[in-house]
Amino acid sequence: MSKLSQRHLLGIKDITRQDIELIFETADNFKDVINRPIKKVPSLRDVTIANVFFENSTRTRLSFELAEKRLSADVVNFSASGSSVKKGETLLDTVNNILAMKVDMVVMRHASAGAPHFLSKHIKANIVNAGDGTHEHPTQALLDTFSIREKLGSVEGKKIAIIGDILHSRVALSNIFALKKLGAEVMVCGPPTLIPKFISSLGVEVELEVQKALDWCDVANVLRIQLERQQLKYFPSLREYTLYYGINKKMLDDLDKEIVLMHPGPINRGVELTSDAADSHHSIILDQVENGVAVRMAVLYLLAGAA
Amino acid sequence: MQKKLILDSKQLDITLSRLCQQLIENHTDFSNCVILGLQPRGIFLAELIHQKLKSLKVSVPLGYLDATFHRDDFRRRDTPAKAYETRVDFAIEGKDVVLIDDVLFTGRTVRAALDAMISFGRPAKVELLVLVDRKSTRDLPIAADYVGKYVDTHDNQKVLVELQAQGHKQNKIWLINKE
Repeated sequence: MSKLSQRHLLGIKDITRQDIELIFETADNFKDVINRPIKKVPSLRDVTIANVFFENSTRTRLSFELAEKRLSADVVNFSASGSSVKKGETLLDTVNNILAMKVDMVVMRHASAGAPHFLSKHIKANIVNAGDGTHEHPTQALLDTFSIREKLGSVEGKKIAIIGDILHSRVALSNIFALKKLGAEVMVCGPPTLIPKFISSLGVEVELEVQKALDWCDVANVLRIQLERQQLKYFPSLREYTLYYGINKKMLDDLDKEIVLMHPGPINRGVELTSDAADSHHSIILDQVENGVAVRMAVLYLLAGAA
Repeated sequence: MQKKLILDSKQLDITLSRLCQQLIENHTDFSNCVILGLQPRGIFLAELIHQKLKSLKVSVPLGYLDATFHRDDFRRRDTPAKAYETRVDFAIEGKDVVLIDDVLFTGRTVRAALDAMISFGRPAKVELLVLVDRKSTRDLPIAADYVGKYVDTHDNQKVLVELQAQGHKQNKIWLINKE
């Protein structure tokens, strides 16, 4: 099989383990491509892709744009600020207008959970979810699991702790789906106020003490404290969060085992991770960024090719 | 389904020996030469040629080239073509490259491979070696420099290459009539 089971990538929940493995195998080849002197291949030469971002992003958008350009696709960028969305245009109208200009694929980020699912019922183009509210961020989960597979050889049977703000994190939810599908053991760790009530129904362990989580896991995926989503007070102060849940290099060095440290970025240095931890030899944070381009190339290639 | 044997194990060995001798004739000095097997099936033939050259005291770098992402039939088939490993651990710039594939049919794979190869640098010269050349089926103006065997075929026929390296019992090349 060299075809995905879905026409869109809306979430990890909707795809199969075989899909994930196919994306990984394809991404291996693209990782090779982007490390060549000439980093570009002509595969998507006649495909036009719109990056429609209703919410801010630098890394994901840049990564998608590079992936598209490395595949020779034509790229148009749209961001909600400075557009007709401000004049009251609906999501469907906005996207239909973009598609009327003959666009084949839409990469969309939206602040509302389910926005790409809604869109997929109404339009013909392939949709890639680049993050919908606090719901899913499938390509991030794919690049995270791809990076674990690259570092440890496989994901199956490995112990992964996701540490931080689980409640607001689409990265956490997509990672949980991806890791479980690939046969990993998953633990979430954070202050009780930032752990969703029924998270254990997804088959993950819950741990409130960060040291115990570090002792247990092979890989620590540390999430960003989302300052922009903290209208309510979930913890007394950032200093207190750092005191109880911040990770420093000494904590990693003192473990009597190898540990892999990951972070989806952007890092709040000195909050969830100290600088010496983020820059230590445990960290594969920059490998994640490199793999992000290869994984997104694979997703776009597989979706476009099945059209 | 009718099957006709084109080459058996012994004949294949003779053919490979001849191809190697022709390579040696044209590349007296192999110092500037590299060989690239085309994925997925050309690599087995490239391995055989590489081994045979070695037994003739000729050592030449061997790489694998995958042209999947350079194909011109993307979005014109039901599923995206599966990509294979590309392994080129040497510089191509300024080299004499011998591309190796099992069967030359429409020429489109070779066209894509030429593009893929150029991503690694600008070779001085490129040659093509194929085991079976299907005459009169070319879509593009592409010809092989070294040919194991010419075969007259129709569109509804297929050349099947079975090599031990691919897990077959014996080396055999068949011509098959499709239903």
